[in-house]
Amino acid sequence: MPANYLWLIPLLPFAGFLINGTLGRRLPRALVSAVALIATAVPAGLVAWLWATLYSTDTPLTLNSGPWIAVPGFHVDFSLSVDHLTLIMLGVVTGVGFLIHLYSIGYMANEDGYWRFFAYLNLFMFFMSVLVLAANFLLLFVGWEGVGLASYLLIGFYFKKTSAANAGRKAFVVNRIGDFGFLLAMFLLIAHFGSLDFSAVFATVGAHPEWHAVRFLTAICLFLVLGAAGKSAQIPLYVWLPDAMEGPTPVSALIHAATMVTAGIYMVARCHTLFDRSPAALAVVAIIGALTAIFAASIGIVQHDIKRVLAYSTVSQLGYMFLACGVGAYTAGIFHLLTHAFFKALLFLAAGSVIHALSGEQDMRNMGGLRTRIPVTFWTMSAGVFAIAGIPPFAGFFSKDEILFRAFTSPGPLGKILWLVGLITAGMTSFYMFRLWFKTFFGAPRFEDHSLDSHGAAVHAHADTKLTVVAEHDSGQAAHPHGVHESPWIMLFPLVVLAILSVVGGWVGIPGHSAIERFLDPVFASAPIGGELPAAATSSGLELTLAVVSVLVALLGLYIAWLFYCRKPGTADALAQRFRSAYSLVSNKYWIDEIYHAFLVTPLLMFTRGIVELIFERGVVNGSARASGMTVRGFAWATRNQMSGNIRSYAGWLAAGAAVILAAMIFGRALWVHL
Amino acid sequence: MVPTSYYLILAAILFSIGIAAFLIKRNVITIFISIELMLNAVNLTFVAFAHMWHQVSGQIFVFFVMVVAAAEAAVGLAIIISIFRARKTLNVDELDLLNH
Amino acid sequence: MTINDIILTLILVTPLIGALVLALLPDRGKTMQWTALAITLITFALTLHLPAHFSYATPSGAFQFEQNLPWISSPAIHYHIGVDGISMWLVVLTGLLAPLGVLISWRAIDSRKKLFYTLLLLQQVAMYGIFISLDLFLYYGFWELSLVPMTLLIATAGRTENRQRAAIKYFLYAFIPSALLLVAIVWLYTRTGTFDLPTLTALAAQHGISAGSSALWLASLAFLFAFAVKLPVFPLHGWLVDAITEAPTAAVMVLTGKTALYSMLRFSFSIFPAESHRIAPVMIALAAIGVVYAALLALVQRDMKKLAAYATLSALSFIVLGFFTFTASGLTGGAYQILNESLAGAALFMLLGLLYERYRTYDMRDYGGLAAQTPWIVTMFVITGLTLVGLPMLSSFVGEFLILSSSIEAAVPHRHLWTALATTGVILSAAYMLTMIQRVFYADPGPKPASIPARDLDAREHLALWPLAILFLIMGLASPYWTRTIGPAVSALANQPATAPASPNAAPAPATTASTQANPGGAR
Repeated sequence: MPANYLWLIPLLPFAGFLINGTLGRRLPRALVSAVALIATAVPAGLVAWLWATLYSTDTPLTLNSGPWIAVPGFHVDFSLSVDHLTLIMLGVVTGVGFLIHLYSIGYMANEDGYWRFFAYLNLFMFFMSVLVLAANFLLLFVGWEGVGLASYLLIGFYFKKTSAANAGRKAFVVNRIGDFGFLLAMFLLIAHFGSLDFSAVFATVGAHPEWHAVRFLTAICLFLVLGAAGKSAQIPLYVWLPDAMEGPTPVSALIHAATMVTAGIYMVARCHTLFDRSPAALAVVAIIGALTAIFAASIGIVQHDIKRVLAYSTVSQLGYMFLACGVGAYTAGIFHLLTHAFFKALLFLAAGSVIHALSGEQDMRNMGGLRTRIPVTFWTMSAGVFAIAGIPPFAGFFSKDEILFRAFTSPGPLGKILWLVGLITAGMTSFYMFRLWFKTFFGAPRFEDHSLDSHGAAVHAHADTKLTVVAEHDSGQAAHPHGVHESPWIMLFPLVVLAILSVVGGWVGIPGHSAIERFLDPVFASAPIGGELPAAATSSGLELTLAVVSVLVALLGLYIAWLFYCRKPGTADALAQRFRSAYSLVSNKYWIDEIYHAFLVTPLLMFTRGIVELIFERGVVNGSARASGMTVRGFAWATRNQMSGNIRSYAGWLAAGAAVILAAMIFGRALWVHL
Repeated sequence: MVPTSYYLILAAILFSIGIAAFLIKRNVITIFISIELMLNAVNLTFVAFAHMWHQVSGQIFVFFVMVVAAAEAAVGLAIIISIFRARKTLNVDELDLLNH
Repeated sequence: MTINDIILTLILVTPLIGALVLALLPDRGKTMQWTALAITLITFALTLHLPAHFSYATPSGAFQFEQNLPWISSPAIHYHIGVDGISMWLVVLTGLLAPLGVLISWRAIDSRKKLFYTLLLLQQVAMYGIFISLDLFLYYGFWELSLVPMTLLIATAGRTENRQRAAIKYFLYAFIPSALLLVAIVWLYTRTGTFDLPTLTALAAQHGISAGSSALWLASLAFLFAFAVKLPVFPLHGWLVDAITEAPTAAVMVLTGKTALYSMLRFSFSIFPAESHRIAPVMIALAAIGVVYAALLALVQRDMKKLAAYATLSALSFIVLGFFTFTASGLTGGAYQILNESLAGAALFMLLGLLYERYRTYDMRDYGGLAAQTPWIVTMFVITGLTLVGLPMLSSFVGEFLILSSSIEAAVPHRHLWTALATTGVILSAAYMLTMIQRVFYADPGPKPASIPARDLDAREHLALWPLAILFLIMGLASPYWTRTIGPAVSALANQPATAPASPNAAPAPATTASTQANPGGAR
């Protein structure tokens, strides 16, 4: 494919955004969907063409379309570049993106603001394509902030709901904290390299082998990690992602599972040349990843909202990818990114289908027994559950296993600890995913009697609000038939495609014959840290052992879930009763939101209101103005009585003044000399 | 020949009388006349110096002053008449509108 | 004599004649609005002549469209006007904002229209004068002239009973430092015998101003102080919030920033280069603190106009930060950001003004849920808000990025700290802007929207806002179009021509910086 067409990939969705955004309100729904679909299908086709062109060549395709910022001493161009890493990302973004557009046509069919939804979705596709196509840091940052904007708009799609609007704002602001880090990293890059081009920066680093663990590289990498932690929802900035589930489910699938949140991992992988030079930063990445993985998984265990379980599992899986990057296994990280995009998008879409079937119900306590009622959703979702749980031969098994193996074999004691944390997380993942599976699809149905009078706990109220919003949007016309029903085929088709990919997607990375490793080799060829990379062939025995261990752990999770939620339902509640304080700690998400609020937000606002506004702004700034005003007024008061308005008094002063001046002229000099 | 200083002393005396009258008298017309007196004292100085330095510019200035004084007299008297019509008084101590 | 020679005079005189015409016309119906609109549009068309006929190949720092006529022989005052790559765009900006200001005041100003529009045009004359004067005396005349119409606008068209106090506060704040400025200008004349800016610049470049260093230092402080108050720079912003809350929208749009920023660049930096460098550490610290200080205050405001006032202060502090880095990219970015900030700030105040026109309040607690009722207002508001928080691809990002990235290279102590501090502004700006958008537009309809029938943008308001929205995008994407004239014009003021290696291959620099520069991690 000629490089000139590259801009079409982002610009077509942007055109779709402009058309739907400005005219969409007046267009019929069919036309809105057609515009949105064409705007994503054509780029997907172009990406396929790109794959065909670039599959067997190692040289990246680049295109420079002129300057964006050009000032004396610094310039940044609109330049795109496609290498094998970009190809994988583009495939995920446009492929999964297109499927989710398709799904949304069915899912959003009865929503008000249909045009708005697709306009935002296309806007997201535009920014995400820019993000992965960018050939310099600043253009990447355009996509980076842009997807944040699209995410903000889509999370707050139901803007009449305060919680949705809050969640959107929270996502944007927390992401901005990450962007703060990204910006500082770019400033340091400019200061030290004078350029933001990937190729220039990486070439400079490559030309200086002596830069190992130098301070400025570590600083740059740590700031980049802060940025990545914001976008990819890692500790300490993960708090926005669970709240982001306020958005419509296709949004959660596309943005908050498959594509946008993986941007941080993409960025770290893209900058691997920098990270490889900074062991400290890599260790930070690995530790953040491992901590996030296990931390989020533990919260996911006790969630009741089906989308929140998936949200925490996303955070946890992103932690895995971070962990992979942190041990220098970028290929494994990207591999997991790929399989995760398939199965997590699938899980979200299937969850959306379940929610759709139950007319807006999201609480798993009000589900159950859906296996026979919505069979296609059940079977496709099962593929996703098995994939994420790490059961062979589903996709997640291969990628997760690769990460664990690479963690285990990474040098130093840290590697073993990381492996252990990853393994425990794998068990927990398997447990909570099968918990979701059992609670949703097995056992006795718990929804019929509930869907009419659900006015209980907060979670119900939450689900209710959505229902009322939906009902409002429908403005009178019947939303759905109120029985449980399977989704239309336009929603099921993407499910089926993604289910197939969730099964076979991992086969590109079978240890020993890993196609993806060969494919990404040109990108990460310079990856080894000090040549300590163990050869895969020599340790295949170890790899097999580790794989068996992790499969056993996954099966253990499955067994416990079955025990708790199928065989003896109620065991879990009993345990929760027994360890009440621990349970309440976890189910309240370790009070992290509250802690942030109490220790960061509130003190900041109190500081501003008390110190800055009251003392400084009112006291010092306005006070000094008032003081000078008072001085002038006092002076005026002292002199105003001289202005009697009587002409003769003026004349008297005039004469007296003249006399004084005359006297000074005549006698003053003599007096002055005399003194 | 009369020395220049005599003229100057005469002018100074005239000017001082003008100032004194200006400050002491209450009637606007008298004040007006005292201003004329001061102007003419200045004129006298001009002429004296012009004569002393044999320069014509001082005399030209005197004509300027006389023209201005004439114009001022016309305007001033008109104002005085209108003030008298409005206030029925020519006592300056009662004309303190600026202060109110 | 070609049109190029007198175009600047035409630009200056057209609104002046317009003001006279307005003063003579009867105030009946919409006469005032239409006449004012026609005059401002004609002036705007005239200003567009400048970029169309600007000679882009001319070497940097040269003035174009110059006109230099002797006015008074002693003291030597000339009617010397001309523009370079910066002031040209500021003239065009002033030309653009004027018709928009008229459009947005169309209905908002319903009493004393003649006075209002006449003052608005006089204010425009003064601003053109400030941007094109190359003679210090002439410049000072326009600088003082700009105070009067603005003070009267605030005093007569202000919103609440507090307007006269605000007007007096504004006037005193701006006038007293101006007196110092006059003293410094006259002192300069006694030392050099000229008011001519190019001559003075050349003299200063050769250290040719014969005066003691402490006297020069004081004179430079007088210049800087006058501009810093008018700008305003933290902590001299005491007048800002009152003036902005009181002033009518069209006046607020031209109230802050650009004249003082331009003057700083043109006069302070050119005439007192060494002194300006000397005070840079202080100014950078004040600017970085100002960014955060104002952003924090914006975060706790409930009155939207106050919030916007603090947001303006924060944005202006960014520009000051960029200027005092004395790097080519910082100065260019700062000068470019004057344009961006003026446009985005104008759009924000226009939107607030039209919300006020509908609901008679600036308190955001009275709003809520407008998004469903007025989709166009929310669209414009979000676009403007995103521009102000510096979203990439929209105009403000380019300037802010250049400013912040060059601040890390400024030759001042603790520069990493100041950069990091100022960069937190991007977090805070997102927080306050999105909070305002949420309070006004999202959730359920608040008390006012619930009781007053919604009215979306009408054609006139569309006409006033769309040019700005489109410019945000264009100026965010095609910045070289502007920076190619701004860059050469300001590079002469920079420390050295370029601090960063221009080509990526110039690699040797990092090796030394890595070992000798202050700890990069110290920025955290």
